[in-house]
Amino acid sequence: MTTAPTVLVLGGGSTGCGVARDLAMRGFDVTLVEKGNLTHGTTGRMHGLLHSGGRYAVSDKASARECIQENRVLRRIASHCVELTGGLFVQKAEDDDAYFEEKLQGCRDCGIPAEVLSGREAREMEPYLAKDVKRAIRVPDGAVDPFRLCVANAASAEEHGARVETHSEVTDVLVEDGEVVGVEVEHKSGSGPRVHGKPGETEELYADHVVNATGAWAGQVGDLAGVDVEVRPSKGVMVVMNSRQVDTVVNRCRPKGDADIIVPHETACILGTTDEEVEDPEDYPEEGWEVDLMIDTLSELVPMLKDARTIRSFWGVRPLYEPPGTGTTDPTDITRDFFLLDHGERDDLPGMTSIVGGKFTTYRLMAEKISDHVCELFGVDADCRTADEPLPGSEDAAVLDDYMDAFGLRSPIGRRSSQRLGSKAESVLGDWQGPNPVVCNCEAVTRAEFADALSDSGTDLNAARLRTRASMGNCQGAFCCSRMAAELYPNYDEPVVREAYDELYAERWKGERHALWGEQLSQAMLKYALHATTMNADGDPARLDDPVDYAAFDAGPDAVDVDAGEGGDTGRTDATADGGRPIRDEAGEEVDDADS
Amino acid sequence: MPIREDVLVVGGGMAGATAALSAARTGASVRLVSYRKPTFRQASGLVDLLGYVPERTDGDTSGDVEGGTDGSGSDTGGRSSGPVANPYDALSVLPDDHPYSVVGDDAVREAFDLFDEVAGDLYVGSHTDANALLPTHGGTVKPTARYPVSAAAGVASDDRSMLLVGFEGLTDFDAPLAAQHLRAAGVPFDVEGVQVRFPIRFRADAKVTRYARALDRDEEAARRRLVSRLEDHVESSGAERVGFPALLGDEQPATVREDLADRLGVDVFEVPMGPPSLPGMRLEDRLYAALDEAGVRMTTGNPVVDYEGEETDEDAGSVRINAVLVDHKNNRVPYHAEQFVLATGGLVGKGITSSRERVMEPVFDCYVPHSEDRYDWSRADAFGDHPFARFGVVPDGELRPTTADGEAQFENLRAAGGVLGGADFAAEKSGSGVSLATGHVAGRTAGESV
Ligand SMILES: Cc1cc2nc3c(=O)[nH]c(=O)nc-3n(C[C@H](O)[C@H](O)[C@H](O)COP(=O)(O)OP(=O)(O)OC[C@H]3O[C@@H](n4cnc5c(N)ncnc54)[C@H](O)[C@@H]3O)c2cc1C
Ligand SMILES: Cc1cc2nc3c(=O)[nH]c(=O)nc-3n(C[C@H](O)[C@H](O)[C@H](O)COP(=O)(O)OP(=O)(O)OC[C@H]3O[C@@H](n4cnc5c(N)ncnc54)[C@H](O)[C@@H]3O)c2cc1C
Repeated sequence: MTTAPTVLVLGGGSTGCGVARDLAMRGFDVTLVEKGNLTHGTTGRMHGLLHSGGRYAVSDKASARECIQENRVLRRIASHCVELTGGLFVQKAEDDDAYFEEKLQGCRDCGIPAEVLSGREAREMEPYLAKDVKRAIRVPDGAVDPFRLCVANAASAEEHGARVETHSEVTDVLVEDGEVVGVEVEHKSGSGPRVHGKPGETEELYADHVVNATGAWAGQVGDLAGVDVEVRPSKGVMVVMNSRQVDTVVNRCRPKGDADIIVPHETACILGTTDEEVEDPEDYPEEGWEVDLMIDTLSELVPMLKDARTIRSFWGVRPLYEPPGTGTTDPTDITRDFFLLDHGERDDLPGMTSIVGGKFTTYRLMAEKISDHVCELFGVDADCRTADEPLPGSEDAAVLDDYMDAFGLRSPIGRRSSQRLGSKAESVLGDWQGPNPVVCNCEAVTRAEFADALSDSGTDLNAARLRTRASMGNCQGAFCCSRMAAELYPNYDEPVVREAYDELYAERWKGERHALWGEQLSQAMLKYALHATTMNADGDPARLDDPVDYAAFDAGPDAVDVDAGEGGDTGRTDATADGGRPIRDEAGEEVDDADS
Repeated sequence: MPIREDVLVVGGGMAGATAALSAARTGASVRLVSYRKPTFRQASGLVDLLGYVPERTDGDTSGDVEGGTDGSGSDTGGRSSGPVANPYDALSVLPDDHPYSVVGDDAVREAFDLFDEVAGDLYVGSHTDANALLPTHGGTVKPTARYPVSAAAGVASDDRSMLLVGFEGLTDFDAPLAAQHLRAAGVPFDVEGVQVRFPIRFRADAKVTRYARALDRDEEAARRRLVSRLEDHVESSGAERVGFPALLGDEQPATVREDLADRLGVDVFEVPMGPPSLPGMRLEDRLYAALDEAGVRMTTGNPVVDYEGEETDEDAGSVRINAVLVDHKNNRVPYHAEQFVLATGGLVGKGITSSRERVMEPVFDCYVPHSEDRYDWSRADAFGDHPFARFGVVPDGELRPTTADGEAQFENLRAAGGVLGGADFAAEKSGSGVSLATGHVAGRTAGESV
């Protein structure tokens, strides 16, 4: 082999980033294209449960075994993205004993460490559990930060020579002589990180092979190539609570059902979820009753949730797949397994492979399988190393604690910041010149950390937000949206900063709206007042179409004095002397003898 | 001895303080009961009257307003046209349920006269009916009716060239960015911005109050050293006025400002900031001093949780409040009065609260109209015409909260400020003005009814 085969990976979710890393490590020349930022799709809108496999231990033992295996791998290679919270399957008085036993047996069959706790023991671990909790099974569930994990994979891919293009949408699949030879992409603002306000351009990318890892969108990309990929997108809601009401992942121990899991994340807790098929992965109803269902049902397990503060809600769509002809009607019955579709074999269209289904926890395994397949196609003999090589940022977990008070950062800010950064903490915080104030107080994100995130995300503040968690806390960006935007300056000009701020503000509002009552509604009013009243972001003349006639407004008491003294043309307006411009001034004449 | 006054005001924000003052001026004895810190420290310190007349999307559209923009201001995200130059002219186009329409134009003028008298040399703006445009820390300008004297040299209709100064560790104000933004907003003067290091090293994210105190006390010759860092910039930009984030002194703002101005040889002003807002707190101090002088008794730190009332006319179902119950460490103490004013603020002050099911006024359970579907409480557009921003009690002509049938709920309760519905103060830029006007009317009529 003289030059490495080129592979195009479509989709920057966990699967695509995982595939890009694996193939790059095996010597392929990889380009990844993603239409939004990394994790724009389902990966950025999921629960963040690092499955132990317990949830599948009764219904889908194969998936359960994969989960526990990958759970162990991720704890090793991505320690800075994973929090080992542990998990509980909790049985309430009214829940079925037989199912509890089945779950326990299933865990043991699949090699998932499982221990039974009495109700009292469970409540000692989680004091806010309902009084009538009967028993619980303890398993090694965890919490995983999908954005950091994806970014770490993409960074590793880049270290191995891959090119990663975000904000680049595949608009066509190029087919020549019955074979896929590449794709056409539309870069939102040119190649590289997105910059607001910069015009886009299209590019044709050719490659020896294309991997379609666009998740719930895989059907749409299939359409572009003229093949059927039968994904069945299924939506689920997640509700973010203001504090960590539980420190362990809490599952309800009963056969599959809605609203049966609580996952602690950093300073918050996420309730989930539902499972309902939708037509379009990007346009589906988000409904209030789904949010209510989470709170009502899960407060049976943890009663204090009933009166706790909800911060926001979001929805994601599962990229479920079922082979043609299976005909399952209830989406909850569709397998969680993943499928590799070789379009050469299946549709007589060589040059492209799709990977569909699966779940986040097993992304690495999915990537390994598809990379094996690509190697086989090209006769490349290279072993998968992704299970053994730690991801960037996690090489040395012990080093984190040393940053507690280093770099002039106060703990817990220093601790949280260095935990997020992993082994990059030294270079990001240590090399920082100048003051390092906190940009986001709720999540303890400092200027240095935010600048590091911005260096990869262009002017896409949402990408930097997901990476650092800035603006994700209790205040929902009330205090930090404008600070985050200001951090773009002077690398970018003011109009770009303004556009980036507007987009971030709108994006935050979208999630907030679903949880708008009680404390959160008061918070929303405060945020609105800070941005509209104090800063006047909504009535900003720079954002309005029509210029403001400054001369019609008060120029200060001295201006009046001077003008009253006749002829004293100081260049200031005299329009104020008679109270400014009359509101129904048809002619608009009496105002405009002022200059400036 | 039981606590008894002629007038009892619940809530110590702009509305409650104004109500208490106006009531005291009728000769009534007044007590003000307030729970937490009011919103002064969160607000910019600018005293707005009416800066925009936003279009309502619920069909209750207000009239056409020509403001300070040229043309009709058509496509501004459905929000409003440009800023209103003369707020008094714009009052007439507000809908009938707006608090300003309820109290009338004359009451608004009286209330601002009262404000001017109390604020004295601390505020500027009484020389004209026109709005002034003041720079905001977000980098644009905003219309307001009265502005702190410390901010006065920053008015945007003054065409003197401007230098803005920011401090490196202070994330809420980036001066060069703000300057570029002001230019985009079309201001009629040259403006530059510069970030410098504050002469004293604080920990990375010290609060503005820390900076202010250092300037008050001139710690480590901070003022002189600050000026020496700026002289070259002032010189090279040719600026005739220099603006700083609002942290020029907590206790001695005038001294700090004058000293800096003298040394720099140009006017110096403050750009209003978010919380904690020093200009807001200075205003709070001034109002509370006036309350003290007027003999208003104060009880702070304890919430009013309930009331005792009696039916006075069974047929009409009319109810009179005898006392409000104030929670003192779980002990409910009755505070008696003849007349009561509810000035507990809006959603931020917690005068209005909500649950998943409904929106309420928690002390007297006054009627607060709202849609049953909580998705109708807001709009999808981040700066849309949000109904939640207008949540509040519905007053009759005398500012008494009404029931769903439009009847006064109590004979002797009036409401003022943020707890009243019908105004979106954030979009309109009308927060303090509504509180002043309704506080004045509620307080005066309460005092006169004793
Ligand atoms: C509600 C919910 C909760 C979940 N919770 C968990 C959990 O707790 N644990 C777990 O392990 N799994 C969970 N999952 C499953 C998991 O989130 C997904 O299986 C996984 O994230 C899928 O990743 P992906 O990379 O395949 O897809 P995606 O993350 O959707 O990536 C596909 C990418 O392709 C991009 N794309 C689409 N079209 C184009 C185009 N034309 N050009 C360029 N790019 C394009 C999209 O923008 C997207 O970023 C959950 C799923 C849902 C819906
Ligand atoms: C972020 C922000 C920025 C603002 N900026 C401006 C601006 O630039 N210009 C402007 O003109 N206006 C501005 N405003 C509006 C203004 O500051 C006031 O919020 C408004 O005038 C309403 O005042 P208020 O007195 O009705 O309520 P608040 O100031 O909210 O005061 C209500 C008081 O009542 C007390 N209270 C509540 N419930 C009880 C109870 N049960 N018992 C006893 N006491 C109780 C509260 O603790 C509080 O002290 C801003 C407001 C906010 C929130």
